[in-house]
Amino acid sequence: MPGISPLSFALLLEQLLNGLQLGVMLFLMAAGLTLIFGVMGVINLAHGALYMIGAFACAAVAAATGSYWLGLAAALTAAAAAGALIEATILRRLYGRDHLEQVLATFALILIISEGTRWIFGGFPLFLDVPPLLQGAAPLPGGGAYPIYRLAIIGVGAAAALGLHLLISRTRLGMRIRAGESDREMIGALGVEIGRLYTLVFALGAALAGLAGGMIGALQSVQVGMGEPMLILAFVVIVIGGIGSIWGALVGAVLVGVVDTMGRFLLPKAFALAYPPSEASAMGAAVASLLIYLLMAVILALRPQGLFGAPSR
Amino acid sequence: MTSGFMLRSALGLLLAATAPAAIQAAPLKIGMITTLSGAGAGLGVDARDAFALALKQANNPEATLIVEDDAQKPELAVQIADKMIQSDGVDVLTGIIWSNLAMAVVPNAVDQEIFYLSVNAGPSALAGANCHENYFNVAYQNDNFHEAMGQYAAETYKNTLIMAPNYPAGLDALTGFKRYYTGELAGEIHTQVGQSDYAAEIAQIRASGADSVFFFLPGGMGIAFLKQYAQSGVEIPLIGPGFSFSQDVLPAVGDAALGVRNSASWSPDLENEASRAFVEAFKAEYGRLPSIYAAQAWDTANLLLSAQAKADVKDPEAFRAALKEADFASVRGKFGFNHNNHPIQDIYVREVAKLEDGTLTNRIVAKAFEDRGDAYAEACKLP
Repeated sequence: MPGISPLSFALLLEQLLNGLQLGVMLFLMAAGLTLIFGVMGVINLAHGALYMIGAFACAAVAAATGSYWLGLAAALTAAAAAGALIEATILRRLYGRDHLEQVLATFALILIISEGTRWIFGGFPLFLDVPPLLQGAAPLPGGGAYPIYRLAIIGVGAAAALGLHLLISRTRLGMRIRAGESDREMIGALGVEIGRLYTLVFALGAALAGLAGGMIGALQSVQVGMGEPMLILAFVVIVIGGIGSIWGALVGAVLVGVVDTMGRFLLPKAFALAYPPSEASAMGAAVASLLIYLLMAVILALRPQGLFGAPSR
Repeated sequence: MTSGFMLRSALGLLLAATAPAAIQAAPLKIGMITTLSGAGAGLGVDARDAFALALKQANNPEATLIVEDDAQKPELAVQIADKMIQSDGVDVLTGIIWSNLAMAVVPNAVDQEIFYLSVNAGPSALAGANCHENYFNVAYQNDNFHEAMGQYAAETYKNTLIMAPNYPAGLDALTGFKRYYTGELAGEIHTQVGQSDYAAEIAQIRASGADSVFFFLPGGMGIAFLKQYAQSGVEIPLIGPGFSFSQDVLPAVGDAALGVRNSASWSPDLENEASRAFVEAFKAEYGRLPSIYAAQAWDTANLLLSAQAKADVKDPEAFRAALKEADFASVRGKFGFNHNNHPIQDIYVREVAKLEDGTLTNRIVAKAFEDRGDAYAEACKLP
């Protein structure tokens, strides 16, 4: 019957991996966003612009040198440097102000960085190829196959999550980050050089966004404004996961990734039980685009602080 | 919040009068709203470049052009149209690439006694009962290219999966394809406009058991899909309208597209004097091959110039009649208007091929339709 293909194990597994891969990208974005909010109390709308900087740096350096890996290194470096620069020159002046002013300032940064990027690279998208090492597809159990590059993204995301966990729970820097989250003034009073800590945390968050941008560049076109859709999803993730919680960002990101992918895939099939296939497909696509916002609304209704957020003080 | 991101490039091309025009034409002010940034930029840039080049060659000081970027956003296109009509005082609007933007701008503009000439978008809603005497489509009705591919697929395949974005042109595409396709449908997938990741759709294609995939994804959407498809290990053959394999898409996709069949009303190798001259001039000016969008915009500019030579745009009756004659050398060879002001033209099946210098381009392999109008003209009440 048109519009309905059998729900095989291989198809479900592939869609689950797709959801996981989207979740991992979202985690890289959301981790930085939530870290910056948790430690410095700043809502950074320019985080999507840092993602875009990573993607452009990766595409430009890979095109100039022919090496994707140099491009990826450039993505991390450029995003971290841009993050540190933004923190040191602009955000530092905003820590004492209220959230509305931070939102305005970081929104202005989006405009400045977008127009600046357009100045340098023009309105045309750039393209980046998957590195030869990761080209092609790997067989999956059940007879399917899955692109190796997307598997690599999942691997990198998992490694980044583990690395962040170790950094925060096992190192001195992590201890200071946690201390900064619970009482900013006290750790300053205890002699921790708070300015440097803030710059470091901001650069770390920016580097994660840059990593995500560099990796996604090989799958889609690299263009001005590519960061904002990701930013909106990343905000949904941290609201679901609980603002300030890395663990919440991970769970929220995977949840949003899987729900979004599965919704796009299953809803048209569900509507097809009651409607003709082409209407069902259109309706399913329309409802699927709302699904994660519904998820967010439900979670907020049940747990206003998010899944792993601390109850508001 | 997004409208603030856009580069608002207002390009005033005041064409210097170096030689007096043969006939003293009345002034004509043209406003072009097109997509010059984002993933859809390739289409708009090609349309703008070809349009500007046609005016430059005509060397007509009485034809002036202003261009603005709509960034593929309907709300921005509406703002620009209002500004161009009210403060710039344009006589003619043109340039919109995307059907959802055309739906937002065109009905309003033509009701204000402005002429609108479409270089690309041809939504079905404006071709039938809602056709308008001031709206001329110089490109096609949206269904046309897809109808040709439906006919091709009916001859070649038995079980095709079809996919297009969920917006007016996407729905027209699927309708057009199905009008001529007689085999089984292995599935129908609606994507989102501007979508950049097609992993979920590719998984469904893999599991569908289809013997072919028909997809309509213009601009950056098509590039993203084709790149991801090439990495997915799925080997089901792809077909599509010319937009999915247009000159703006091919360089980014590379050899993976070789041999793919697609449909269009024009191809760079079409044998006629106007087409040869156009390809030469475009290559000489911009150093690249023109796309179908460029060809349509070139024709639009030349149609406007032909009407301007015959009538003053301030006399709408006469100007309308002059447009309707379509008295210009179209790169498509034969070109005429149906009573709903949409084209009657031939549609070809093309194949992606490689030139000696390595450039990928399209070559005509067959003629799908001769003198094709559209399925909605009957409902149009224009004489």
